[in-house]
Amino acid sequence: MTTLTERTETKPAVTRPGALAATGHPLVRPPAAAHLSDEQVAELGRELDAVRDEVLAKRGATDAAYIRRVIKVQRGLEIGGRAALLVGRNKAAWVAGTAMLSVAKILENMEIGHNVLHGQWDWMRDPDIHSTTWEWDFVTPARSWQHTHNDLHHRWTNVVGKDRDVGYNLLRMDADQPWTPFNLGNPLYNAILAPVFEWGIALYDLEIPEYKEGLKSKEDMNRDLKAVGVKAVKQFTKDYAATPAVAMLTGSGKQALYGTLAANAIRNVWAHAVIFCGHFPEGTDTFTEEMVEGETRGDWYVRQMIGSANISGSKFMHLMTGNLSHQVEHHCFPDLPSNRYAEVAVKVKEICNRYGLPYTTGPLPKQVASTWAKVFKLALPDTGRFSLKKKAETAGAS
Amino acid sequence: MIRLRRLARAASVLTTPLAAEDILALFNPVYSSRQLRGVVTKVVSETPDSVTIHFHPGWGWKAHQAGQWARIGVELDGVRHWRSYSLSAAAGEDPAITVTDAGAVSGVLVRNTKPGDVLFLAPPQGEFVLPDHPRPLLMLTAGSGITPVMSMVRTLVPRRPDADVVLIHSARTPADSLFLEELNELADQFSNLRVTHLFTAERGRLDFQSDADLELLCPDWRERAAYACGPEGFLDDAEALWAAQPELPAEHAATERSTLTIERFSTNLAGGDGHDGGLVQFEASDREVEADGDTPLLDVGEDAGVLMPSGCRMGICHSCLTPLRAGQVRDLRTGEVHGEPGQLIQTCVSAAAGPVNLDL
Repeated sequence: MTTLTERTETKPAVTRPGALAATGHPLVRPPAAAHLSDEQVAELGRELDAVRDEVLAKRGATDAAYIRRVIKVQRGLEIGGRAALLVGRNKAAWVAGTAMLSVAKILENMEIGHNVLHGQWDWMRDPDIHSTTWEWDFVTPARSWQHTHNDLHHRWTNVVGKDRDVGYNLLRMDADQPWTPFNLGNPLYNAILAPVFEWGIALYDLEIPEYKEGLKSKEDMNRDLKAVGVKAVKQFTKDYAATPAVAMLTGSGKQALYGTLAANAIRNVWAHAVIFCGHFPEGTDTFTEEMVEGETRGDWYVRQMIGSANISGSKFMHLMTGNLSHQVEHHCFPDLPSNRYAEVAVKVKEICNRYGLPYTTGPLPKQVASTWAKVFKLALPDTGRFSLKKKAETAGAS
Repeated sequence: MIRLRRLARAASVLTTPLAAEDILALFNPVYSSRQLRGVVTKVVSETPDSVTIHFHPGWGWKAHQAGQWARIGVELDGVRHWRSYSLSAAAGEDPAITVTDAGAVSGVLVRNTKPGDVLFLAPPQGEFVLPDHPRPLLMLTAGSGITPVMSMVRTLVPRRPDADVVLIHSARTPADSLFLEELNELADQFSNLRVTHLFTAERGRLDFQSDADLELLCPDWRERAAYACGPEGFLDDAEALWAAQPELPAEHAATERSTLTIERFSTNLAGGDGHDGGLVQFEASDREVEADGDTPLLDVGEDAGVLMPSGCRMGICHSCLTPLRAGQVRDLRTGEVHGEPGQLIQTCVSAAAGPVNLDL
């Protein structure tokens, strides 16, 4: 094999082999897992690999039928909702249309879009349901989001300074992030962010801080700006111009506009709530760069598990969160099909219990309240630092 | 058609990021022109383990030439598999493939296909086609190797009285012999076709070690343009016999010398013992690198200066997906050796298992 001494492309600062080492240990093991020996962590890694292999062996026609059914239902709701809004002057039609369109947009964004873009359905080799071809009903272009989310966030989960999803460059979401007076607005920013979440993510995916720091080239920036510009115009036109324009034929233009605005806002608020419940509730840990240096496969799993939080609830709730209510399982196995997370969760929880690792979960209202409590607390300097760490430690001991 | 397309584009203002056809496909999958599909119109049983599947292709198909093949996609347990099959229908007719049960994919096609089923398609291709100018022909086929030649016979024999075709077809027994009756009928009806059936269970295989068999069955074989299709060994032996023929004097060359055109059904690129690497070819970048069996193809490509898509480099983000053209790869996580032409592989966790061609 030829070796070039100079590379044209920069690799991540911490280089990783094709697959993480099976044995060894990171420079520092996170406090919640400090009681585990290298052998125990390696064994935990093997157990979780086995959980993954078991699903891979079972995955087949029923899973394929599942995602196709969800897509069909979602498109049906989308057409039905939009059609009802075209006669939105009728109050019942408006309510039904807005509700259907909201549900359609939520399904499209979470159970379908997020998961397809993770490559969860790539194994079907269907080019119409594939991570490399999918585009979603969300302002940020799928490719940009895949870079910041699949690559950066899922690789550096909760590593402060590496995973910018910790606060999205806007909020102070961890006590280890230095406080500035700007952070006083934490609750206000978050409240504004929720209903326009898709625009916030589109802005975030542009990686403006990286560009300013010289980590992102001007060509890449221009390419991304162009892509998001084109996408935003299309999205805006569909919901706020074309649909109301057609509805004007029945004198329902204004109502249709209110309907699409409401549906997007509902989807945004819901997605924001669910996503914030993934890593910000009390009990989830964040990590330092020393904790990922030399990380083994087992340690990687540990970080995903103690850095994520689930939402408990009904089957319908899991569907509507795109199974991100199984955030712990999703982070361990981001490319397993989402319909399998529920059965995987039973095993992952048992493994966590057996190894004395925290497994954070709770009903939606409780988890949402917990994330908001953090948003408020961290608006102020140096509050909660002690109590948060202590909480993580007690959770780890339980 | 143009107006329809314009209408569809206009309608996509309301359906973006989906295309209007994605919505139409809810009602009938054939409306998708992004993925070429065909609807099965007829399934005819040929022998106990083979059938001919006739289908009507959707938009995007181009008419096949006699002898060409097409990639056919079918779903097995939720996973799309592609295989190449020769088209056995005459040129100018709706396409048909003749499939013999010889593996997982062909087995499902033979046993489960029924009219109304949808097949995924790629447009026909292949160089195993009739010569541009009329010439006396010799067709040497064995087993399912008859399929592309059948298309040629069906195209040529009924329409061209001036054709001169000799077909020597080998099959194990009469019951295994594809198109037996039809070939005999054609030979009775048209004087431009002469058919010899060889049943290898009775008389043994056609012998290419010397020219004795050919001299007996087709004395003027040296003056004919020859076409051969069948198993690897059959073709290798035929090639060797033709290669051993002395060069004719220059004035006879090109026009009268017997040429042999062959069609192989498979090139076996299956991996070594697992940890053996192989020659990796980046087809679009026109680079070749020897890789060992433990280095991710992503690193192999990057080290060779190929612009590789990449992401997490640990098999979770799927940013590095690259279409495999040929060969097999080993999943560095599970040790599993896998790979089919067209499959998208994660280069960051896949190593070469034997020679590998990538579409990059």
